[in-house]
Amino acid sequence: MSGLAMPKPDAGTLRRRAEIVTDMRIIVPGEGVVDAANEMRAFESDGLTAYRQLPLIVVLPETVAQVSRVLKYCNERNIRVVPRGSGTSLSGGALPLEDAVLLVMSRFNRILQIDHPNRVVVAQPGVTNLGITTAVEQEGFYYAPDPSSQIACSIGGNVAENSGGVHCLKYGLTANNVLGIEMVLMNGEVVRLGGSHLDQEGYDLLGVMTGSEGLLGVVTEVTVRILKKPETARALLIGFPTSEQGGQCVADIIGAGIIPGGMEMMDRPAIHAAEDFVHAGYPLDVEALLIVELDGPSVEVDHLIGLVEAIAYRNGSTTCRISQSEQERLSFWAGRKAAFPAVGRISPDYYCMDGTIPRKELPRVLAGMRDLSEKYGLGVANVFHAGDGNLHPLILYDANVPGELDKAESFGADILRLCVEVGGVLTGEHGVGVEKRDLMPEMFNQIDLDQQMRVKCAFDPNHLLNPGKVFPQLRRCAELGRMHVHRGQVAFPDIPRF
Amino acid sequence: MTTFAPSTATETLSTIQWAAAEESPLEILGHGSKRGIGRPLQTEHTLDLSHLTGVTLYEPAELVLSARAGTPLAEIEKLLAENGQQFAFEPMDYGPLLGGEPGQGDKNGTIGGVLASNLSGPRRLKAGAARDHILGVAAVSGRGEAFKSGGRVVKNVTGYDLSKLMANSWGTLAVLTDVTFKVLPAAETEVTLAIRGLLDDAAVACMALALGSSAEVSSAAHLPERIAARVAGGKHGSDAATLLRVEGFGPSVVYRIEALKQLLGQAGPLEEIAGEASKTLWRDIRDCRPFADGGTRPVWRVSMAPSEAHHMVMALRMQAAVDAFYDWQGGLVWLSMRENDPEAGLLRELIRKHGGGHATLVRASAPHRAALPVFEPQPPHLAALSARLKAEFDPKQVLNPGRMA
Repeated sequence: MSGLAMPKPDAGTLRRRAEIVTDMRIIVPGEGVVDAANEMRAFESDGLTAYRQLPLIVVLPETVAQVSRVLKYCNERNIRVVPRGSGTSLSGGALPLEDAVLLVMSRFNRILQIDHPNRVVVAQPGVTNLGITTAVEQEGFYYAPDPSSQIACSIGGNVAENSGGVHCLKYGLTANNVLGIEMVLMNGEVVRLGGSHLDQEGYDLLGVMTGSEGLLGVVTEVTVRILKKPETARALLIGFPTSEQGGQCVADIIGAGIIPGGMEMMDRPAIHAAEDFVHAGYPLDVEALLIVELDGPSVEVDHLIGLVEAIAYRNGSTTCRISQSEQERLSFWAGRKAAFPAVGRISPDYYCMDGTIPRKELPRVLAGMRDLSEKYGLGVANVFHAGDGNLHPLILYDANVPGELDKAESFGADILRLCVEVGGVLTGEHGVGVEKRDLMPEMFNQIDLDQQMRVKCAFDPNHLLNPGKVFPQLRRCAELGRMHVHRGQVAFPDIPRF
Repeated sequence: MTTFAPSTATETLSTIQWAAAEESPLEILGHGSKRGIGRPLQTEHTLDLSHLTGVTLYEPAELVLSARAGTPLAEIEKLLAENGQQFAFEPMDYGPLLGGEPGQGDKNGTIGGVLASNLSGPRRLKAGAARDHILGVAAVSGRGEAFKSGGRVVKNVTGYDLSKLMANSWGTLAVLTDVTFKVLPAAETEVTLAIRGLLDDAAVACMALALGSSAEVSSAAHLPERIAARVAGGKHGSDAATLLRVEGFGPSVVYRIEALKQLLGQAGPLEEIAGEASKTLWRDIRDCRPFADGGTRPVWRVSMAPSEAHHMVMALRMQAAVDAFYDWQGGLVWLSMRENDPEAGLLRELIRKHGGGHATLVRASAPHRAALPVFEPQPPHLAALSARLKAEFDPKQVLNPGRMA
C-alpha cells in the first residue's frame, strides 16, 4: 500500500489553479477558501496518517447553495472534489488529491431541529457525533452509534462511513439510526432522502449513501433517531485461560437470547498494555478478557447479570467481577477505551486493522495471526467487538526502521485475507478508503465490483467525487454501460417452462 | 406466454441473459402474494422463483441465516421459532388484505419478496425493517450479470451496500437468488398495555410519551373506535384502543409495564393483554386485518412523522370518507377509502402540507393501479437519479418494467 497509486493529476486543472481559486472566492466569499500551502497543511491527511497530500485548494462552504455551486462548477470543468468532515477516517477516505478541491464541511456545524415527540434530531453534517447527544441529554436522550472518535467525528462523516461503535450490537450502526439526509450530487442537484418518517420512498438510496465513503454525493443535512437513555448499565469483567473459552462464552450469551449493550474482548498483549497504562485492575494471568455490559431497567440488568455470570462460570472463567458502582463500571471500560494509546506506549507505531469474522472463527483467526506475527517478526495486540465479530488487530512496528511500515502493511493485508477466507469481510467499520482499496478483489470479483461502480455511474458518471478511493480500478461509465450479450448467442436455458 | 421456473441460481441467470438478449420483459414472481401492488405488468413472460428454495445456512449462535430467494417465509419463520429466534423486523403478510387465503401460510410470500418489498411490522419502530437486517445478497441484474454484495457478518462496510439497494426495489433492478439475514432471539415474554377510549389526538400524545420513556416500548398502535373490534376476532370490544407492546425477560416486562401504568394512568382506563392474546393482536395489526374485508376498495399505507399523521387524517376526513388506524407511534397510517376513488392527488397534497412522507396504494383495482402512481411520485432530481440507477442495472427494461412507475 505504501506504493499506493492514486489517479494521475490532471495537468489542465493544475494549470488553471489560480483561476479556480478566484472563482471559488466568488462562490464562497470571506474566509471560505484556503490556498496557501502552510494553511492547507492542516488538511493534508486524515486519521490514516501514513499518507499525506496537499490538496489543490481547500474550500469551506457555509450554505447548501454554495455546496451546490461548487460541485456544479467542478463538474462542468472536470475538476475533482474530495469531501471531508472532521478528518478522522482511519482508512484515508478524506486523503486529498493534488488536483482536487478539498470540500471541508466543518462550517455546517449547527443543529437545526430537536423534536422530542418524534424522537429525531436534524443536524448539519459538521455537527460532531457527541454533539447530537449533548444537545438532547438533558432530557435523557442520546444518539446510539458511538464510534470511539465521537468527540471529533462528524455526523456527515458517520453517514459516509456507516460508523459503528461499542453499542451497535444492540442499537445498530449509523445506517439503522439515520432517517433522512439532504445531499448534493456532483452535478449540483440537491436531493432529499427520507425525513422524520420511516422508510424512504422508492429505492433505498439512503441505505446506499450510508457507507458510500464520499463517492456518491455530499451530505448537507442529517436526520437521526434519538433514544431514551437506559435507566442503568452494569458490566462484568471476565477472564478466561484461553480465547476459545472466551469465544464460546460470547456464543453462549447470545445463544441464551441475551443481546448485551456492549461485549468486548481483549487478548493477552492488549490486556497487559492497557493494564500497564491505566491500572484498571485487569487480571494479567488470562489469555482473554471479556467486558459484557448490560443496560436497561435495573431489574432486567440484575437478572441478566446472574445469567451471564453462570454462563461465564460454565465456560471456565477464572475471574469474574461485576461492577457495583458507576465508577467501577467505568474502570472496567477504562482499559479497553485506552487500548489504542496503551499500545502506542509499548511500540513506536501501530497499525490498526478492522476485519470482521464469523465469531466462531475467532480461535482459528487468532492462531493464524500468531503464525503471521512470527513470519513478519512484528507483534500484534487484539481488541475485538466480540458480539459482532469485528476484530481490531493492532500491528506493532517502528516507522523509523526502514521497511517496517511495508512489513506491517503486508502483515495487515494477510490478516484481512484470512478474515475473508473464514467467511468474513475486509472492513467492519473503518471503511475501504485508500487503505483497503487494492484488497477489494479478495472479496469481490470484477462483476461484483462492476455493479458497485454502476451505482457510482448513476450518481457521478465522470468519477469526479473522491476518486482513487474504494475501487481498485476505475472503469469508465461508458465502457461499463455496454451490454455484452449478443442476440441469439446466449445458450437457451434448459429450464422448466409452463 | 411462458413461465420460466428455475430451481438454481445458474438457471435464473440463463433466463435473464436470454431475456436481456431478446429484450423480452419478465414479470418477476415469488408466490405472487404481493402481485396486486404496483402498476399492473403486461409482460409476455414470467420468471417464477418459487422453485429456487432451501435454507442454505443457519447458525443460531452466529445470528445468521441464508436461504435461496424463493424459500417460503413461513418455512423460515418456523425454523427460527424452533430455535427461539425470529426476524426482529416482523415482516407483515399481505395475504389477508390482498385476498390470500388465511392459513395458506406456505404460499404467503418468499424470503426474496420480503426484501424486494422491504417488509416490516409493528416492531419497525424499534427494530427496523427488512433493509435493517439484510446482511448480503446474490442477485442477477437486468443485464444478465450474477453478482453478490455484503456477506454473512453484521458489521460490514466493504463496498457499497447493494443489499440495501435491493430493499423496496420490487424486482426492478435485479432478481435475488440468495439472501442472508441477521436473526435475533425471540422475546421471552410480551405484554401489551391498552389505554381505552382515546381520540386520535390524545392517543398520539400518549404514544409519544411512552416512546420517550425508558420503558423500551417495542410497538405502539392506535385503533380508533369501532376499528378496535376488527382485530383478534372482536374479543377486545369496540372502544378505541391505544396499544403499547413491551417485550423481553419476564421480570423486566413486569417492571416496565408498571412504569407505563404510572406514566399513563391518568390518560384513560388501562388493560393488560398478555402472551398469545397480545401476539394475536399485533399480528392482526401487522397484517392490516381491520381492512381485510375481501373487497377491493382502495387501501393506502402512509408513512409520516408520528406527530403529524393524524392531523393529515383529520384534514382528509373533511373531504373524503375514510377509515384509518395507526401503527408506529402514529407514523404509519392505514387508510381505507369508503368509496372507490383512491383520492390519490388529495391525499398526497395533504401529506405534503403536513410535513411530508409517502403514500403507497397497496390495494386498488387494476384500472386504478394502471392510471395512478401506486408509489409516491418523486421530485424531479430524485426521480431522474432513480431512473439512472434503473438504466444502469436494467438497461433493456426486462425486469418488472413499469411496476414502480
